[in-house]
Amino acid sequence: MWKELRPAIIIFLVLSLITGIVYPALVTGIAQGLFPNRANGSLLVRGGKAIGSRLIGQAFSDPRYFWGRPSDTSPIPYDATASGGSNLGPTNPALIDAVKSRIATLRAADPGNDLPIPVDLVTASGSGLDPDISPAAALYQVPRVARARGLDPASVARLVRAHVTSRQFGLLGEPRVNVLELNLALDALRK
Amino acid sequence: MTANGILQIGIFMGLLLLLAKPFGGYMARIYEGDLPGFVRWFAPVERLLYRSCGIPPEDEMRWTRYAGAMAWFALLSVLAVYALQRLQGHLPLDPQHFGAVSPDSSFNTAISFMTNTNWQGYAGESTMSYLTQMLGLAVQNFLSAAAGMAVAIALIRGFARRTTETIGNFWVDMTRSILYILLPISLVLAVVLVGQGVIQNFAPYRTVALTDPVTYGQPQVGPAGNAVEDALGHPLIKQVTTDTQTIAMGPVASQEAIKELGTNGGGFFNANSAHPFENPTPLSNFLEMGAILLIPVALTYTFGRMVGDTRQGWAILGAMAILFAVGLATAEHYEQAGNPAFAALGVDQRASSLQPGGNMEGKEARFGIVNSALWATVTTATSCGAVNSMHDSYTPLGGLVPMALMQLGEVVFGGVGSGLFGMLVYAVIAVFIAGLMIGRTPEYLGKKIEAFDIKMASLVILIPPLLILGFTAIAVLLPSGQAGTLNPGAHGFSEILYAFSEGAANNGSAFAGLSANTPFYNLTIGLDMFFGRLWLMVPVLALAGSLAAKKRIPPGVGTMATHTPLFIALLVGTVILVGALTFVPADSLGPIVEHLNMIGAH
Repeated sequence: MWKELRPAIIIFLVLSLITGIVYPALVTGIAQGLFPNRANGSLLVRGGKAIGSRLIGQAFSDPRYFWGRPSDTSPIPYDATASGGSNLGPTNPALIDAVKSRIATLRAADPGNDLPIPVDLVTASGSGLDPDISPAAALYQVPRVARARGLDPASVARLVRAHVTSRQFGLLGEPRVNVLELNLALDALRK
Repeated sequence: MTANGILQIGIFMGLLLLLAKPFGGYMARIYEGDLPGFVRWFAPVERLLYRSCGIPPEDEMRWTRYAGAMAWFALLSVLAVYALQRLQGHLPLDPQHFGAVSPDSSFNTAISFMTNTNWQGYAGESTMSYLTQMLGLAVQNFLSAAAGMAVAIALIRGFARRTTETIGNFWVDMTRSILYILLPISLVLAVVLVGQGVIQNFAPYRTVALTDPVTYGQPQVGPAGNAVEDALGHPLIKQVTTDTQTIAMGPVASQEAIKELGTNGGGFFNANSAHPFENPTPLSNFLEMGAILLIPVALTYTFGRMVGDTRQGWAILGAMAILFAVGLATAEHYEQAGNPAFAALGVDQRASSLQPGGNMEGKEARFGIVNSALWATVTTATSCGAVNSMHDSYTPLGGLVPMALMQLGEVVFGGVGSGLFGMLVYAVIAVFIAGLMIGRTPEYLGKKIEAFDIKMASLVILIPPLLILGFTAIAVLLPSGQAGTLNPGAHGFSEILYAFSEGAANNGSAFAGLSANTPFYNLTIGLDMFFGRLWLMVPVLALAGSLAAKKRIPPGVGTMATHTPLFIALLVGTVILVGALTFVPADSLGPIVEHLNMIGAH
């Protein structure tokens, strides 16, 4: 038994060292050298203070800001130390109730707007941290944001269009709008 | 489906099929010891490794010794991962001071990562130290994948060799898988992923200032840690406002690359590849999906090369591709169709140039429907189990696709190695059925298929259903099993059935609403994964040993060709027949009943 076990133990230790220490250390070294900002979380810094990550969404509820995807991290929405989705099934009454209440909140914040609501604005993302919404979901919110800020809706819509990230290489993924970047641009507009 | 969707899928699959021949040929040369020039410089390092470990690389093993080596290695793996989790509080690289993981969860996770399942009852960013992730979990991503590849190569040698007792050296096959295949590709992929935004650092979690403060309801906790309730028994909720957000960090990219390439699937974060730090862009998504399928697709060509007839490999790939296409089309269709309950509320689910539409619950805006349903099919056709959307929130028939692909035994591409050996076992069954129909001794690749071979093949086919249906039956009967479901009714049953399907199939994806981090589920799913892996690998190696000992007989006039469309149809038919006969009753009680409920209500 020892004859078979001895090589097993040694090669286990050697391969663990190679794949568990050397390999991640090497990747970290290269990553920190080539892409320091991205390797450390794509943080946005304003006035020497980190105000978020470009890749991690934040919970916006003020009518003056564009709102992101509903987040089901608990208890804090957009909790970036506890990612996850709702995992509610398609016929679960709890899901239907959650969607109803999100629709009611959107309608209450923008009483005149009777347009159909884009689905991604009333469904929770898989990560609970989705930084993006669809262009349709952003455009839907233009009347509310413009009124709350006393801005011309056409100029807010222009700002949204300028913040649409198109498909990568014109092909991959979906067109989308980064909510945090759009809201920062809105705040910059006011000054 | 949209034109762009069809184009994205077409380019993805087209590129993979183009890579099958060059990469499959490369792998064949690696395992035959005929190293191509551009990696030959590394051979002295490999030899040094064997010498320092006391392994003579020319030492050929019989199947029993090969299986023994694999079993020792699996045991060491489980002990190491268990120990790291239990001791992480006393070890370095634990900036968040998580402390020891519970014994039952540690047991489950150790089995899970050793078996290449990578099912996760825990949430990574609130449980595991960086050291455990890196030295425990990521190491197993390499080792379990390499062990799967070694067993597949051993089975291929069984077909390729004649009248010999031996099927190769486990240590050499495994070491080569890591040094020449898994490690170099992971290194390149990890760096490219960081370029897309995947993080790679050892920093403590970062706190950032919020632009718009968040108010949320915090359940009140009493002095003993119990929830405080009001007079009516409702939990007391206090409104709290915060103006900061804490963001989890870690060495993610290095683990992400091998997690996909080795079809492991265990996420650094709880949300897995839906998390923007694991999968930030459509390109990272494309590359991660490609990494999942690369080795399983190319191994079919490796197989053809090593048995001396590449048409045999293409036939296997053809059968896999047909089953994959059917699953993919179904998932895409039902997810894009959306949820009729939402439509009734006036929600817009139509696809347009401004939105993906469809069933977006549990999905990310950057991936939409096309890349979520494609990923779900890829990750369950293979035994990967990484997710970029939450399968529990799929429409009933959209969610049936991943479940059914796992129940077919992970043979549609399958795990690295395990998919190919699973499909070859089905090929043995298919020639056996054909042989029965015409009354001749079945043969495959010049090897007579005899009683012992069919017994071993039958074990491989019968053990997973026994595990899946047996454990599901136990769980739905016991209160501790029923307690875990999140969703009511048929969907709750689907959650349990899915959990044991992924366990036995070593997949690791989840209908994640199931609260599985309990002693009951940690133990039962742990056993499910263990037997679903080792109880298949041992009969596969026995089959390899039996085949290697046989003569190779030249094809005669009565020999059925196994590279023709007829054989592909027979193989697809066998897989579907066995899978359907076994699982239709159970699947009917879950997804199919739920589908009828859903369309009946609207």
